[in-house]
Amino acid sequence: MTATQGRVRPRAIGTPLDRLDGRAKVTGSARYAYEQPVGEPVYLHAVQATVARGRITGIDTEAAAAVPGVLAVLTHRNAPRLADTRDAELAVLQSDAVAFRGQFVGGVVATTSEAARYAASLVRTTYDTQPHDSVLRPDRDDLYAPESVNGGFATDTEQGDVEAALASAAVTVDQTYTTAMNHNNPMEPHTTVAVWNDGELTLYESTQGVHMVRSQVAPLFGLQPDEVHVVSPFVGGGFGSKGTPHAPVVLAAMAARLVPGRAVRFALTRPQMFFVAGYRTPTVQHIRLGADRGGRLTAISVDAVSQTSRIKEFAEQTAVAARMMYAAPHRRTTHRLARLDVPVPSWMRAPGECPGMFAAEVAMDELAEACGLDPVELRIRNEPATDPETGRPFSSRNLVACLREGARRIGWERREQAPRSRREAGHLVGLGVAASVYPVFWMPGSSATVRAGAGGRYTVSIGAADLGTGTWTALAQIAADALEVPVERVELRIGDTAFPPASVAGGSSGITAWGSAVVHAARRLRETYGNAPPDGAEATGETGDNPATERFAMYAFGAQFAEVRVDEETGEVRVPRLVGVFAAGCVINPKTARSQLVGGMTMGLSMALHEESHVDGRLGQVANHDLAEYHIAANADVGDIDVSWIDEDDPHVNPMGSKGIGEIGIVGTAAAVANAAHNATGVRVRDLPITLDKLLGDPGAGNGPAVRRR
Amino acid sequence: MKPFAYRRADDVAAAVALLSQDRHAVFLGGGTNLVDHLRLGVATPDTLVDVSRLPLDRIEELPGGGLRVGATVRNSDLAADPLVRQRYPVLSQALLSGASGQLRNAATTAGNLLQRTRCVYFQDVTTACNKRDPGSGCSALGGYQRYHAILGASPECTATHPSDMAVAMAALDAVVQVVGPDGERAVPIGDFHRLPGDRPHHDTVLGHGDLVTAVDLPPLPETVRSRYRKVRDRASYAFALVSVAAALDVRDGVVADVRIALGGVAHKPWRASLAEQELRGAPATEDSFRRAAEAELAAAQPVDGNAFKVPLARNTLVATLRELTGGTPR
Repeated sequence: MTATQGRVRPRAIGTPLDRLDGRAKVTGSARYAYEQPVGEPVYLHAVQATVARGRITGIDTEAAAAVPGVLAVLTHRNAPRLADTRDAELAVLQSDAVAFRGQFVGGVVATTSEAARYAASLVRTTYDTQPHDSVLRPDRDDLYAPESVNGGFATDTEQGDVEAALASAAVTVDQTYTTAMNHNNPMEPHTTVAVWNDGELTLYESTQGVHMVRSQVAPLFGLQPDEVHVVSPFVGGGFGSKGTPHAPVVLAAMAARLVPGRAVRFALTRPQMFFVAGYRTPTVQHIRLGADRGGRLTAISVDAVSQTSRIKEFAEQTAVAARMMYAAPHRRTTHRLARLDVPVPSWMRAPGECPGMFAAEVAMDELAEACGLDPVELRIRNEPATDPETGRPFSSRNLVACLREGARRIGWERREQAPRSRREAGHLVGLGVAASVYPVFWMPGSSATVRAGAGGRYTVSIGAADLGTGTWTALAQIAADALEVPVERVELRIGDTAFPPASVAGGSSGITAWGSAVVHAARRLRETYGNAPPDGAEATGETGDNPATERFAMYAFGAQFAEVRVDEETGEVRVPRLVGVFAAGCVINPKTARSQLVGGMTMGLSMALHEESHVDGRLGQVANHDLAEYHIAANADVGDIDVSWIDEDDPHVNPMGSKGIGEIGIVGTAAAVANAAHNATGVRVRDLPITLDKLLGDPGAGNGPAVRRR
Repeated sequence: MKPFAYRRADDVAAAVALLSQDRHAVFLGGGTNLVDHLRLGVATPDTLVDVSRLPLDRIEELPGGGLRVGATVRNSDLAADPLVRQRYPVLSQALLSGASGQLRNAATTAGNLLQRTRCVYFQDVTTACNKRDPGSGCSALGGYQRYHAILGASPECTATHPSDMAVAMAALDAVVQVVGPDGERAVPIGDFHRLPGDRPHHDTVLGHGDLVTAVDLPPLPETVRSRYRKVRDRASYAFALVSVAAALDVRDGVVADVRIALGGVAHKPWRASLAEQELRGAPATEDSFRRAAEAELAAAQPVDGNAFKVPLARNTLVATLRELTGGTPR
């Protein structure tokens, strides 16, 4: 057995340890990027383009420069030339071209944030404006197939003969579903404190991966990786938007160059979060299902359309979940993109699975209805024996157990199969179900160092991130068990490029990847020094490879259930209850895990009912670009969320037996809510979000199930 | 934000005088709307005259059973006041349905009345807006207008007034007490807010230097029940898509008196006079309620993306009146 293999014996693992950083956070002593003590900082405020496409013909900075306290005004004319401009999103201020409205065209550095902001408002920019095209429509004739989609997945797949299977199917569903453009809005906006000293750059950055920032930023400024220091001990949420660097950190580093030795503080305003920090593309998904009368799928076809920016490609992997979810001999999936004059889309919690499983799981509900089957039963009937795409066995797959337990918890037996049959005090009440899935990614590239100290204490160092999710606690639990010592004897150090490299907190892979490296390091230390290592003894371990990933399909699964109440007269939708049951391997810390899953489901509820960035095509920008107008679920929208998981022992995934839980909570929630809304009202909403106007009025008027029977 | 001077007024006369001296000065109340606008560059005054600490923070009984609400009474305090809760439940409910607890703690009565109308384009200084920059055009037309007006709009502006409190006050026939450079006057609330017409930059009839000192609430007969119903895109902390403030007096199954105001449908709290006319003397039945709602909404002119507000307003009004005719008096 190598050091990466063999299970860690759980002692601290599996216990609901309170957050080790909880006290520091509650008392305010945990410092986020913007709050790092950096002497006498100066402040940066960005200037943004007010056209969606064109060239800057003039940029008048005189009035801005005259504002008391202003130290520098940055434009494309005086900005430092970057050494590498291949990533057009990061090639900030390198030309006079404007590729989307809201793009950075300048910045003001001043001694106060107020002066910087005021001066930024005085920069006058004139443009040679070109026609722009900023609205995704599926009927465009210029859609193209990317080389691959996010995650490195194939753009298109086809197995069997889908058209023939659909033509001969006893029951088919043929519908188009849309998901709205959504914007990540972590509580902490994107913030950077940048300072240059002796040609080296230090960044206090709100990020999901300090080493990711280092590796992306260093070449821009012609630096070696070890000349860029990134510090990020606490992060107030990321949801993917801080997974890869966007333009703000580059602007801050450039601005800091103009004031060497002084730290530049930069935080996006909330409205700016809608322009330069990534977002979830809207999707249009044409789904066709074919099945026999018993609901057994014979064909699955998903054609997904999404948008990307003209300057940089991002291809949401919307249809990949449909490749492995259910057994069907004939399957095809395609992804097509529209290249638009818009900000660059990026990761937002469960890219691919989240929008994809909305459409697929509503389609499954429509199929259940067409077959006269219970939707839980329909899914059980289509459970595959092996991964339909690769033929590999699943390392573990407990979707059916999740469905059964969830059905028990929500009281599924009380669900009326016929829609619009339950009324309570002026409300139509319904129940709905959807499945959840998220891959277990094996993310190589992390290292950890374990160092023995006095008194049986150990210091564990790795450049991992805690986005508020509980890494400080869960990784310490893993280290303690790998070393076979109590958690109190472990001191964890994370969030700094001074520590060994860590993969990004993305793809729900953080704890599994970093934990594997920590386990490896601990075992090496024990192999070398035994149970009483001398003070200062040290060992380093890596995530390494997992040969089992070649033999097994690895996924976490879940089932989500929703109870929806719709006001008969106003169409107002409320969700008093959500039930989520997950099968995600070994749960490292039930307390922080529960928080993540509740958070994921809450975000899924928010996506279902509220979140929608309205693009004004004339302006080429999101019209509702603040949190007064872009609604996320408020406390009053969130009812009882019952989260649980089933015992699942997966010996193949990693030494802890854990699967990621950061994203699966948002996968399927919106479909469960939409399906419950249909069960309540008889209205099939195929376009998110489910706002009251879509449920007002005559049910079935154009919204009924477009299903065909033979 | 643009730098500005800050002055604090010690009494009403001084406040009015300070403003009168300076064309580019504005009053600052709780700041929940103005400070946002300062940050966004929507408001660019040279001077803020802070009136939030003027001695206008009391709720007093008026002879005959009415109440006088001081201009600086906080929304939270007004909503919780026992006399308000007892005599004007519609007002308390309206206040509590607005904003958030934190904002209600800061917001004043006068400031709530004087909120600017809402529109995403008004708030975005990179877009044209007749309200922010008269004559520059209206970006909302043909744009994002889910929250916009279905009644009384003009080609110059389709924004809606966001206040819940003012909708209840409109139904209650409140009277706004104003002190200005030319002395005191009383403005019935129905005349206080304006429809946009061709001067959408004026939300109210107040002139420069006019200071709201109080709002008077006339007494309601004992037999009147009142209620506020707000329909919005999420369960709290959202502006109304449609709201209804209604006070109903039913005697022997017949509507003796009724006052109705609608929110979220117009540039001002919309007093539903046509619906009231239809209802007075009519049987208090579902049919009457529906006819009244339809009479009021016959003139509705939805804009892009808000046609649903017409049936929504109808249904909400009918449901509110129905609820007022059942259950226990409030």
